[in-house]
Amino acid sequence: MQYLVSVINDSSDLATDSEQAAIDVFNEQLIADGYWVFAGGLGGPDMATVLDNRGEAPVFTDGPFVETKEYIVGFWILEAPDLDVALKLAAEGSKACNRKVEVRPFL
Amino acid sequence: MVATLTRRFGDLDLAEEAAAEAFATAVERWPADGVPPNPGAWLTTTANRKAIDRIRRENKRDDKQREALALHDDDPPEPLGAIEDQRLRLIFTCCHPALAMEARTALTLRMVGGLTMPEIARAFLVQEDAMGRRITRAKAKIKAARIPYRVPSAEDLPARVSGVLAVLFLVFNEGYLASGPDTDPVRPDLTAEAIRLTRLIRALMPDDGEVAGLLALMLLIEARHAARVSARGELVPLGEQDRGLWDGALIAEGHRLVRERLASGVAPGRYQILAAINAVHTSAREVGDTDWSQIVALYDQLVRLDPSPIIALNRAVAVAELDGPEVALAVVDRLGDTLSGYRAYHAARADLLRRLGRSHESLTAYDRAIELAGNAAETVFLTRRRDQLGWCSGPAKMTRGEPRSGAVVDGFGAASGVARGPRRYHDGVS
Repeated sequence: MQYLVSVINDSSDLATDSEQAAIDVFNEQLIADGYWVFAGGLGGPDMATVLDNRGEAPVFTDGPFVETKEYIVGFWILEAPDLDVALKLAAEGSKACNRKVEVRPFL
Repeated sequence: MVATLTRRFGDLDLAEEAAAEAFATAVERWPADGVPPNPGAWLTTTANRKAIDRIRRENKRDDKQREALALHDDDPPEPLGAIEDQRLRLIFTCCHPALAMEARTALTLRMVGGLTMPEIARAFLVQEDAMGRRITRAKAKIKAARIPYRVPSAEDLPARVSGVLAVLFLVFNEGYLASGPDTDPVRPDLTAEAIRLTRLIRALMPDDGEVAGLLALMLLIEARHAARVSARGELVPLGEQDRGLWDGALIAEGHRLVRERLASGVAPGRYQILAAINAVHTSAREVGDTDWSQIVALYDQLVRLDPSPIIALNRAVAVAELDGPEVALAVVDRLGDTLSGYRAYHAARADLLRRLGRSHESLTAYDRAIELAGNAAETVFLTRRRDQLGWCSGPAKMTRGEPRSGAVVDGFGAASGVARGPRRYHDGVS
């Protein structure tokens, strides 16, 4: 069972050096324990491009698909046997990156 | 049975439907064929078969599923006594912290308590289809996010149990003082279910103080239920109840639990303190014998643990008995900012003002309390109290037989911090 753990940013601050170091430690632990599938940081909404190619030609829009104060700034994909394990890992992740996280199951 | 099926098939919907089908089959066949020698086993076997049929129908082409199913089929039957274990698993699943409090309560009543959707909808004053959606969504989340069906590990148990206790107390409170004007004012089915489930949790964690505390609290409140609503359907405050109607066996059990906790020497949590307060009340043969100083001292202890305005309100009602209504009113008035939308606040004020002979202000407070009251029996009680105002002018004379206290209704409901959902917190007060 895989879970997406999204990191929610509510300011424009990027991860500090100490946050980044804590994330690295957490990632290594995830790999060692066999929970790691993938992870990454993302550019902010300013870096986003929305495109819609359902019509005759693709339409590009500069910016995110929805303007919000909170946005996803990174994520983990974890392999975990059930939600309890996923939530426990997510709690550690939240501590490591010093941000809120959202947990969702892959269907 | 739903618990057994859920354990076996890992799917709440399937378990429920299979159980329902088994009962339907029984209704069809038993009148003609006669009741089987072991009806429970018959139903379980039938429901199992129905569930397997269902999975087969739904997964005809899915070989993997079939293999898994064949595996299930060879499972030895559950050993006897495992039923309790399965009910516990079901409770912990329904009360999982990843579910909203309202969803937990509704799901627990549906899956563990076996209440119907209309009953639950009525209990929480929401439309039936809205309640249906809430439960459907919760079940879908359990399935999709794979909320595990198990009793949590020892290290997680304390944190998880407190969530379960909160749900059970909500269920109990809804039964003890039903919130809707159209339901029975007291719902013994809900209080009995809450007590039964709390006993199960206690069997799981016999040394947990708060579990014992909650059980004692429920028993001591439940013990008074026969005296709590008059023949005319009016709520009777604690001070005016016929104590001869109280259930001595429940009180004895509650007192035993409270003593057990006191003997433990471990600092009590809020359920234990609330239980102790109720133990003091139920120790008094007559209301005049009540040890109010001890009750106020217990409330002081509770306030330190939980500084919520609702606890402060309940404490003030006890203070009125110890130091007089004037002192209590000063305390209550300070709570107006946060509690002005809460009926117990207005009911307590109304009573204190009445006792101080300030009839006009009392009337206004009663009106507001009646406006906010949901429970039919409480509305009747408050209305009579209001209509009796004006019989006396000037400070109320203490004549024999006149209600001395009896501020609000009898019940230490979800006192204080326990989330009551968005609608209401608690019914307080002695």
